Amino acid sequence: MSSEGSYYVPEQSKLPLAAATGMGVMGYGAASWVIDGGTSTIFLIGSLIMAVVMYRWWSLVIEENTQGIVSDQLKHSYVLGMYWFIFSELMFFVCFFGSLFYVRVLVGPWLDGEAAVGWFDDTATDAAIANATHLWPGYDATWPPLVTPDQVVTLAANPDATEFQFKGPEHAMSFPGWSFSQLLGWLPLWNTIVLLTSSGTVHIAHHALKEGNRKKFVTWLGLTVLLGVIFLFLQAEEYIHAYQELGLTLESGIYGTTFFLLTGFHGAHVTLGTIMLLIAFLRGAKGQFTHQDHFGFEMAAWYWHFVDVIWIGLFLIVYVLG
Amino acid sequence: MAHGPSQNFFSRWLFSTNHKDIGTLYLWFSFAMFLLGGFFAMVIRAELFQPGMQLIKPEFFVQMTTMHGLVMVFGAIMPAFVGLANWMIPMMIGAPDMALPRMNNLSFWILPFAFAMLTSTLFMEGGGPNFGWTFYAPLSTTYAPDTVNYFIFGVHMMGASSIMGSINIIATVMNMRAPGMTYMKMPLFVWTWVITAFLLVAVMPVLAGAVTMMLMDINFGTSFFDAAGGGDPVLFQHVFWFFGHPEVYIIILPAFGVVSQIIPTFSRKPLFGYSSMVYATASIAFLSFIVWAHHMFTVGMPIAGELYFMYATMLIAVPTGVKVFNWITTMYKGALTFETPMLFSIAFVILFTFGGFTGVMLSIAAADTQYHDTYFVVAHFHYVMVAGAVFSGTAAVYYWLPKWCGRMYDETMGKVQFWIAFIAFNITFMPQHFLGLAGMPRRYSDYGLQFADWNMVSSIGAFLYGGAQLLFLYNVIRTIGWGKPIDDPQVWEGAEGLEWTVPTPAPFHTFSTPPVVK
Repeated sequence: MSSEGSYYVPEQSKLPLAAATGMGVMGYGAASWVIDGGTSTIFLIGSLIMAVVMYRWWSLVIEENTQGIVSDQLKHSYVLGMYWFIFSELMFFVCFFGSLFYVRVLVGPWLDGEAAVGWFDDTATDAAIANATHLWPGYDATWPPLVTPDQVVTLAANPDATEFQFKGPEHAMSFPGWSFSQLLGWLPLWNTIVLLTSSGTVHIAHHALKEGNRKKFVTWLGLTVLLGVIFLFLQAEEYIHAYQELGLTLESGIYGTTFFLLTGFHGAHVTLGTIMLLIAFLRGAKGQFTHQDHFGFEMAAWYWHFVDVIWIGLFLIVYVLG
Repeated sequence: MAHGPSQNFFSRWLFSTNHKDIGTLYLWFSFAMFLLGGFFAMVIRAELFQPGMQLIKPEFFVQMTTMHGLVMVFGAIMPAFVGLANWMIPMMIGAPDMALPRMNNLSFWILPFAFAMLTSTLFMEGGGPNFGWTFYAPLSTTYAPDTVNYFIFGVHMMGASSIMGSINIIATVMNMRAPGMTYMKMPLFVWTWVITAFLLVAVMPVLAGAVTMMLMDINFGTSFFDAAGGGDPVLFQHVFWFFGHPEVYIIILPAFGVVSQIIPTFSRKPLFGYSSMVYATASIAFLSFIVWAHHMFTVGMPIAGELYFMYATMLIAVPTGVKVFNWITTMYKGALTFETPMLFSIAFVILFTFGGFTGVMLSIAAADTQYHDTYFVVAHFHYVMVAGAVFSGTAAVYYWLPKWCGRMYDETMGKVQFWIAFIAFNITFMPQHFLGLAGMPRRYSDYGLQFADWNMVSSIGAFLYGGAQLLFLYNVIRTIGWGKPIDDPQVWEGAEGLEWTVPTPAPFHTFSTPPVVK
C-alpha cells in the first residue's frame, strides 16, 4: 500500500488472475458441455477454482476491514460498486421483461395476422396478412398461449399428429380466480407472501443491528435465510408441478420459454441472495458486525430487497396478468 | 512495494494493482487485437480485390467478416479506451489509483481468456462464428455451427469484464476526486468516460440476456427467436440493438473526450463551451437508448415506429453538432500548431462529421430502404469507428506517450504515419459509399463486375492503411526504448490539467496525497 495516502491501494494480488482463470475455464467448460457429447468436468473444475478464489478474496477483504485499513472513503467505493452492480442486474431483468412485453403485445397479433401494433392505423399490414395466410394459418393469438403456431399448422395438415417441434402447455400458470380455496392452493401467492415477509424480517434485523442488539439481529436474519430457503423450496415444487401436471416445460413454446427464464433467473438470484444472507448470518453470529460497521450485511440486504422488487414485477406481470 | 513496481517481471504484470500498469496491459492487448482484427480485414480486402473467388472459400469469408467486427469492437477499440481511462482518469482527478484496484486487474485478465476462446473457434470443427458481428437469429441459432457456444460464453466474459471495469470507473470518478475537483471542473475525457461507463453498465447485461436467449434456444428447446413456438427472430434484433446502439456511443464518447483534451492544448485556448460539451454528451447518451430500431427499418415495423425512430435518430445530430461546433470554435483564433496528436484530432473532427452526415442520411427511413445492408452502411460506420475511434485513440497515444514513458516520439515519423493513414483511410472507405449506393451488398465474398474498379481501389487503400499501423507500432516501440528523454512535466506548451503537474515520466504512484484543486 502507498504509505502516505489515506486511500488503501492494495498490494499486488494473485487473486484477480486466478479469478480470470477460473472464469475462463468455466466459460470454456460450459460451452464444451452444452455441445452434444460434452461433459461437465471442465466446467466443474472452473467452478471449483472460482469458489476457492471467491472465498479467499472476500476473506481477504474482511480481514483488511478487521485490521482497520479500510477507510470510510474505500467503504464508499464498495457501496458504489454494489449499487451499480445491482443496477446492472436490474438491466438484465429489464431485457427479459422487455422481451416478454414484446412477445405478448406485438408478436402474438402479428403471428395471427392482426396488425394490432399500429398506433396510427390498425388495419392489417401486408406482412401480417402474409404471416397469417402463408405461414401460420389458423393460429389464434391469446395469452397465455396454450398452442404454438407450429402445433396449429402441423395439426391442420395431420389431425392425428402427436409430435411437434414446440408443443404448447396443457395448462398455464396463471391467476386461478378470486375464490378463497383456489387462492389458498396457488403457490405463487405463497411465494409472494414468503418473500415480502423476508424483506420485512431483514429490515427488522438491520434495525436490531443498528441498535447494537446482536441476539435480535441474528434471530431475525436467521429467519430471513429460512424464508429464502422456503421460497426456493416452493419454487422447486412449482416447477415440478408445471412439468408433471401442467405439461408446462421449457419447450412448450414462448409461454414456457418466458415463464421459466424469468422465474428461473429470479430463482437463481434468490439463491445467490440467500447465500449472501447466510454468510452474513454466520458472520453476525461470530460478532463480526458492529452497529456502525456492517457493510457485508447491508450489501446482502440491499440485494435481497432488489430480488424482492423483481419478484413483485414477476408476480404481477407473469402470474396475475399471465 | 511501497513506492515502485515489483522487480519481478511476471509478478509485476500478472498480479498488478496499479492503474498505470493495468492501463498499459489494456493498451498492448488492444493493439494486439487491433493487428489481429486488421489481419482479418486484410484477408477480406484481398479476397475482394478482384471479382470472383481467389483466395478463400465463402464460408471462411463470412467468418472473417464476423471475427473482424467482433475483435475490433470488443477486443481493440473498447479495451483501448479502458486502457486510456485507467492511465488518465486517476491522474486527471487527482486520485491515488482506481477505486477498486484488484477488480481492475480482474477486468483486464478476463479479456485474454475470452478472446483466446473466441479466436480458437476458427480452428475448431465447423469453424468460427459466421453470422456477422450482429449475430442475428436464426443465423446465430438454428443455422449456427456448434462453436457458437464458445462465442456465447466468450461474450458473457467480455460483458463481465466491461461491467466490472465500468463500475470501477464510476466509483473512481464519484468517490476519488481530489478536494475541489467538482464535477464541472473535471476534464472532458473524465466526463465522457463516466457517461460511457454508465452506458456500459446499462446495456452489457442486455447483451448478456441476448446471448443467454440464444444459448437457451440452441441447446434447451426454448423459442425466443422461433416463430414456430410463438417467438420472433425480430425480437433478437430488438434486444441486440437495444444493446448495440448505446454500444456505438460507448465506442465514440471516450473518443470525443480525447479530442476535447487535445484540441485545446494545441490551440492554446481553453475548450470552448465546456458545460455545453458535458450536456451534449449526456444528451447523446440518453438518446442512444431510444433510437435502436433505426437499424431495423427494413425488417418490418409499423409506420408509427418507423417515424418515431427516424425523428429520434435525427435528434442526435443536434448535440453532436454542438460538439463539432465547440471543437471548431476552440480552434478559432487559437495559436495552432500541428503536432501528430493535433493532426489526428483535426482529421477526427472532419471525418467523424462526414460519418455523422451519412448517419443522418441512413436515419431517413425511406432512403434507408436503399442503403440498408450495402457498402454504404459499411462506409458510414467505418468513418465513425476508424476515423472516429481509432484516429482519436492514436492521437491519445501520441499525446500522452511522452508523459507515460518520459520520452518523445519521432514527430516526423508520426506525421508520415498520419498522412498515410489519413489518405489511405479515405481511399479505402470513400469508394465504399459509391459501391453501396450502386447496390453492392455487404458481407458477400464476391460481387458483380460493375463493382470491380472501386473494390480494387478500396483494397489498395486498405493495405496502405494496414501498413501505416506497423509504422505506428514501430514508432511507439522506438519511443519507449530509444526516444529522446524529456523531463518537462508540462510536455506540451498549451496542456492544462492535473496530469501535467506530475513529473515526466509519471511515477509509479501519483497523488498518494490528494492535490487541492482551486
